Amino acid sequence: MNPAVRSVRDFFVSLGLTVVLLALSLILVFASTLAQVDLGIYAVQEEFYRSFIAIWHVGGIFIPLPGGYLVGGLLLINLLSAHIYRLKLEWRKAGIQLTHSGLIVLLLGELFTGLWQEDFQMTISEGDTKNYSESFRLYELAVIDTTDPKMDEVVAIPDSKLAGAALVQHPKMPFRVATKAYFPNTTLARRDAAALSPAAAAVPVATRGIGSSVAVTPLPLTYKMNEMNVPSAVVELIGDEGSLGSWLVSPHLGAPQTLSHAGRTWRLELRIARAYKPFSLQLLKVTHDVYVGTDLPKNFSSRIKLTTPDGHDDREVLIYMNNPLRYGGYTFFQYQMDSSRGQTGLQVVRNPSWLLPYIACIMMTFGLLLQFGLSLRAFIAKRRTTAKPAVV
Amino acid sequence: MKKHLPLLFLLLGLALVARSFLPERNKTDFDLAAFGRLPVVVNGRVKPVDTVARTALVVLQSSQSIAAPDETKLTPNEWLLDVLFRSSRADAYQHFEINHPDLLAIFSLTPADGRAKRRFSFRQLEPKIDELQRQARLAEPVEAAIRTPFQKAVAQLYANLGLYIRLKASMVAPDHQDFLSELLTYQKNVTAGVAAVRAKEAGQPYDAALAAQMMESGGRFSRMGELAYLLAVPPSDGESNTTGWKKVGDSLLDSFPTGQINPAIMVYAGLARTWKADQPKEFNEILRLYRAQLERNFPQSLVKCDAEARYNSAQPFYTAMILYVLAFLIAVISWLVWPDELGRAAFWLLGIAWVLATAGLLARMWLEGRPPVTNLYSSALFVGWIAVGFCLALEYIYRNAIGSVAGGLVGFATLLIGYYLSLGGDTLEMMRAVLDSNFWLATHVVTVTAGYGATFLAGFLAIIYIFRGVFTKSLDKATADALSRMIYGIVCFAALFSLVGTILGGIWADQSWGRFWGWDPKENGALMIVIWNAIYLHARWGGLAKQRGLAVLAVFGNVITAWSWFGVNMLGVGLHSYGFMDSAFPWLLAFAGSQLLCIALGSIPLAMWRSFRA
Repeated sequence: MNPAVRSVRDFFVSLGLTVVLLALSLILVFASTLAQVDLGIYAVQEEFYRSFIAIWHVGGIFIPLPGGYLVGGLLLINLLSAHIYRLKLEWRKAGIQLTHSGLIVLLLGELFTGLWQEDFQMTISEGDTKNYSESFRLYELAVIDTTDPKMDEVVAIPDSKLAGAALVQHPKMPFRVATKAYFPNTTLARRDAAALSPAAAAVPVATRGIGSSVAVTPLPLTYKMNEMNVPSAVVELIGDEGSLGSWLVSPHLGAPQTLSHAGRTWRLELRIARAYKPFSLQLLKVTHDVYVGTDLPKNFSSRIKLTTPDGHDDREVLIYMNNPLRYGGYTFFQYQMDSSRGQTGLQVVRNPSWLLPYIACIMMTFGLLLQFGLSLRAFIAKRRTTAKPAVV
Repeated sequence: MKKHLPLLFLLLGLALVARSFLPERNKTDFDLAAFGRLPVVVNGRVKPVDTVARTALVVLQSSQSIAAPDETKLTPNEWLLDVLFRSSRADAYQHFEINHPDLLAIFSLTPADGRAKRRFSFRQLEPKIDELQRQARLAEPVEAAIRTPFQKAVAQLYANLGLYIRLKASMVAPDHQDFLSELLTYQKNVTAGVAAVRAKEAGQPYDAALAAQMMESGGRFSRMGELAYLLAVPPSDGESNTTGWKKVGDSLLDSFPTGQINPAIMVYAGLARTWKADQPKEFNEILRLYRAQLERNFPQSLVKCDAEARYNSAQPFYTAMILYVLAFLIAVISWLVWPDELGRAAFWLLGIAWVLATAGLLARMWLEGRPPVTNLYSSALFVGWIAVGFCLALEYIYRNAIGSVAGGLVGFATLLIGYYLSLGGDTLEMMRAVLDSNFWLATHVVTVTAGYGATFLAGFLAIIYIFRGVFTKSLDKATADALSRMIYGIVCFAALFSLVGTILGGIWADQSWGRFWGWDPKENGALMIVIWNAIYLHARWGGLAKQRGLAVLAVFGNVITAWSWFGVNMLGVGLHSYGFMDSAFPWLLAFAGSQLLCIALGSIPLAMWRSFRA
């Protein structure tokens, strides 16, 4: 082998690299924990783990750290090459082999989760039925053709498209949608020209709908766990004969706005992004138990009726803490509850790779037990031959 | 003599244990213990009055020992009886701890006015309660994490005064002269009285005096219902009805339509009268009769309450703490003289302490119906238990007193931490909804906590390695090799427990929160321990660090474990919010500093270590 290639190989195979990478990951994890106090968990995940280089702000100082992708990726390469070149396939090493394979499964599981997992929530009131869940963070502009009383035709434009300020067109829409302004976090108030802040004054005013009497104030993005960013946008609809006017859309508005064009009626609203399901859930009853004489929650549970349009499934299920419903590739967790209003919040997760951590856990447990068990046996055997008999 | 040392210490240890199981001294003729075993409900759990008395004292003044102004010592139950039934005396007891000088200034008090320079009575504080309330209102909107020490002290004292006032209204009306006669009069008149009030409301002629008396009783009862701290009235249909416990005031309000007062309330009123009138015979008789009645409806609750009161007075972890210190000292001395005899004595003492701690843990598990670790306090107990268990095994194999020294040290340290954690109140808490899963508590929580214990133990063994090497000539090659192997063995267990525990935690999170891993601070803390153990193991296997370097690595494991055990809880963010605390931050820093000093010591060139100097 070429000496240069060999030295590169030796570098990637070495235990020295393993230890350095582990130490770097330790620093990364520590830094990301501290950073959560200011940034919140979501931003930290993006900044530290879904990145190659993470920048850690300490006071006014910026410390660059290798990000999760870099450290994790190098560790994976290090691990794989060690198995190819250094660790022999033999019984004595079976424990290590198994543990490392488990680790690979675990890391891959996390990778797949990051790629494929979808997180939604579903808020249902007692008696209500829902067949869609809603995003935690994403919004969509729904352009709904309501002309046919029997069915609605919906075109949903993701907020990322709106933010990109691109011109959106769709065969189902006889007009194009152009973003005149988009703000990812805003607050609304009644428009009072005299009291407008400079930021609010800079926002273009909608020519149609309720927007002309509303003042939009852009806010900085929030990363707090208990706050949501609420966007607002001013969109212009452009038909074949030119502009139909511009509308202010925002989840703050509460109700959708309607317009007529080319003999059809349309509803326009910026709402939390939805994901429709091939089944529906009806909330029958919520229960919120507390320990007697306290506010300490003992249990939250939601009794739900699960039905599919084809009628194959029609049954009652009980979802409570530590006991989610797994159905149709989705998992429904008890997430929030407002029992005084008879409302439950379910978290809806689709994660095709959810089983991998379970497999990894079993592999690594047995791997370590085997490895340490073998060492322990060797140790005891050695002591038998050298140590004097024990007396207590 | 020398030969009998181990036996002597064994007997001494057993005597200490036996003494702790003796009943508490009672200088009065009142059956205080029987009173202490009465069941009540606080924080959602049926517990003996004895627990209420002890935890209230600990919350108010960080200590269970209390004395009257005339210096007579009171047992916790005696103190509680005065609080419940004779507030004229209790108001003068100095049991409110105030450490902040500015807070004292509010009350125009100086440390000299207080017992032990920091404890004050309700009577001393009463005149300025309005001002305290104003300060508490000012502090209230400030988030707990960013309050100033003064604001924290205000909030704490305000809560403590609230606890005291609520306790006073728990069994009888707080300002009563003779609650029993008051109740008897009420019972006699209630039917006519309710009729009078109805008639008044309907605009018909009515007995004005009776109606006024009823209205007054109603007002008193509803105030008691609002204030009371204890749910002291058991449900009439027995212990299967876990949500039927009521406050005395609320139960009395319920009696208006029927005129039937719950017998438990008459019992409390009777106890109040006989306690005030100093009639022990009648007091004990009332207790005996009430107990007989409870035996029929609440047999299982009584068994647990009796056991818990017994557990409280025995204080097994306190005795274990003394034994751990003894074992540690004797083991250290055994390195200097009589290694065989003293080493064996230390081993036996460590064993007794560990068995006692095991019994204490089992008692807690049985009382709670839970696996051993349910909150920070019990995690401290368990960390110590697992570490000392390993030490006993090490000592059994190696017989060089190292296991006993480490065990004594870790056992004592963890129980000391536990003691400080217990100052927050009752340590047998009910589990919040998300934690209400014995399966995951038994698997994830126990393994992760065992991982803490093993990592700590490895760190302490490494400290022994460094100290003996640097300061003494006793670290010969055989001892150094043995210690190094011990550290390695324990790190293997630590890696196993923390890795498996962390992944199990991920699986629990997947089951209850919908994601396996979320980079939550507590998860990160556990991961850091796993990574650290992995670094140690790989550095050893790769020959990247030798004995001394590995020992230094193991010491740093202490810092990491302390960080994930307590440090992450002080950040005030994340989902594992059931263990938040911030007051111990200086202690955490001090501990980390001490460990870094040990590391610096271990990094001194080997040529300067006494053991390796030529």
